[in-house]
Amino acid sequence: MGSYIPSTLAERKEMLASIGVNSLDDLYVQVPAAMKLKKLDLPVGKSELEVVNIMEELSLKNKVFSAIFRGAGAYNHYIPAIVKSVTSKEEFVTAYTPYQAEISQGILQSIFEYQTMICELTGMDVSNASVYDGASAAAEAVLMFKDKKKPKALISGSVNPMVIRTVQTYCKGSGIELVVVPTTGGVTDIEALEKMADSTVSCVYMQQPNYYGIIEDAEKIGEISHSAGAKYIMGVNPIAVTIIKTPAEYGADVAVGEGQPLGMPLAFGGPYLGFMATTKPIMRKLPGRIVGETKDVDGKRAYVLTLQAREQHIRREKASSNICSNQALCALTASVFMTAMGADGIKEMANQCLSKAHYTAKSICEIKGFEMKFSGEFFHEFVTTCPIKTNILMAELEKKGILGGYPVDDGILWCVTEMNSKAQIDTLVSIIKEVCKG
Amino acid sequence: MNNPKNLKYAKTHEWVKMIDDSTALIGITNFAQDALGDIVFVNLPEPGDSCELETSFADIESVKAVSDILSPFTATVSEINEAVIDSPELINSDPYGTWLIKVENITDQRELLDVSAYELVCETEE
Repeated sequence: MGSYIPSTLAERKEMLASIGVNSLDDLYVQVPAAMKLKKLDLPVGKSELEVVNIMEELSLKNKVFSAIFRGAGAYNHYIPAIVKSVTSKEEFVTAYTPYQAEISQGILQSIFEYQTMICELTGMDVSNASVYDGASAAAEAVLMFKDKKKPKALISGSVNPMVIRTVQTYCKGSGIELVVVPTTGGVTDIEALEKMADSTVSCVYMQQPNYYGIIEDAEKIGEISHSAGAKYIMGVNPIAVTIIKTPAEYGADVAVGEGQPLGMPLAFGGPYLGFMATTKPIMRKLPGRIVGETKDVDGKRAYVLTLQAREQHIRREKASSNICSNQALCALTASVFMTAMGADGIKEMANQCLSKAHYTAKSICEIKGFEMKFSGEFFHEFVTTCPIKTNILMAELEKKGILGGYPVDDGILWCVTEMNSKAQIDTLVSIIKEVCKG
Repeated sequence: MNNPKNLKYAKTHEWVKMIDDSTALIGITNFAQDALGDIVFVNLPEPGDSCELETSFADIESVKAVSDILSPFTATVSEINEAVIDSPELINSDPYGTWLIKVENITDQRELLDVSAYELVCETEE
């Protein structure tokens, strides 16, 4: 923190003198003496060595897995070393977009570049500076279409349950009736959706690939939504979009998603990144901050916060959202990651996920008692049945340093990424075989 | 000021053209468009919506701000000017030729001014 310069005693005296007080305590004379804290009951300070020892001891309590086969919303991907090296530059290490935004041209440029990359990734026209995580992005997207005449919103039952719960929470506060569309065979029940999508529905939210890893018939869901006069929101995996169709190609009006796979460590669930992008006709409904590129008085390139007139701090009563910040450092992380990987690099990652997941699925399903629960084509996650209690299998895997799949319903949701080597997969399969034999 | 004499005006800078007793066109005045500056976006209600006396029925975004447009009537929106959605700048170039909405079933209306009274309002605001 080389740019953090504390004030000296002399400077503090000078400042106090210039406002006409003698000490810092004089600034608090209005606070009744009885309410002032006399002494903090804290233990004596510790040396750096002591602190390191305590922290290391604590860290030994963490269970560190050598192989992870679990996703369900948070994904284990490789993060090139340059990502941390760039994002830990002290000019960037602030979680907040600056209040005097235009003073910080560098931050604004980094957000603008992030937005540009999100647009390239999703094929959409306009991206915002991001929101807190994939679930809040989903909820904000549903809120964009709040409409007195269309009081309902539909969400597919194949969406990550935590996302559904977050959207429910937001809708409850906004008076939107959120209805869950049933699933069949691990995907959105198209026939049910056709019946449910009527003129009272403002928008339809689905996830691609869905919670069970399956690639949905997203084009069809979009067509049904649009023919009912509803807007179409897709929650997408930012790695998967590079090898399947983009939300724009599927006809989405809004694309959102969890940006964690773009360079953010799993880190116990956060901080993550919610990306949001939409089409030009809808951009004025897009919540949060949006950075635009323009020219200054001298004709030089400059960045500004744009479409601010609709932000909640200007027209609070008319704003459809109260979100007015993001975790800029996470957005920066995503843009450095995308830059480091390049379009081909991310595609390579996606292809490795796809082929390794398919190899794993095939190998697991060769074990007696294991079969694919659903028949749909999948990306890097899939659900299998399990002939024994899932917690017994998970405990056995854990003993070998492997985090197994996530138990869902009566099956297991496995996830395989480029991080899983063939040797790891083969070890996983042989342990499962061993455990389930007897 | 070139404010047409056949129109009625609200103090909040909307103009009204009565078609008959319960039908009217509503737009914003030359003074309003000039104060707003270049208009980039207009958000209009939908036909069938109701608008209430002195409450916002539309908003207009200029390079400077987003402003609510207040309804001089309690009435039902019967038509909206689609052209203004595609080309909001029409309000700047021809404020009196560019109506925003047409209303019917007027059941209540605020005090409306004639052109000379309205121009006095503008003078005090300048």
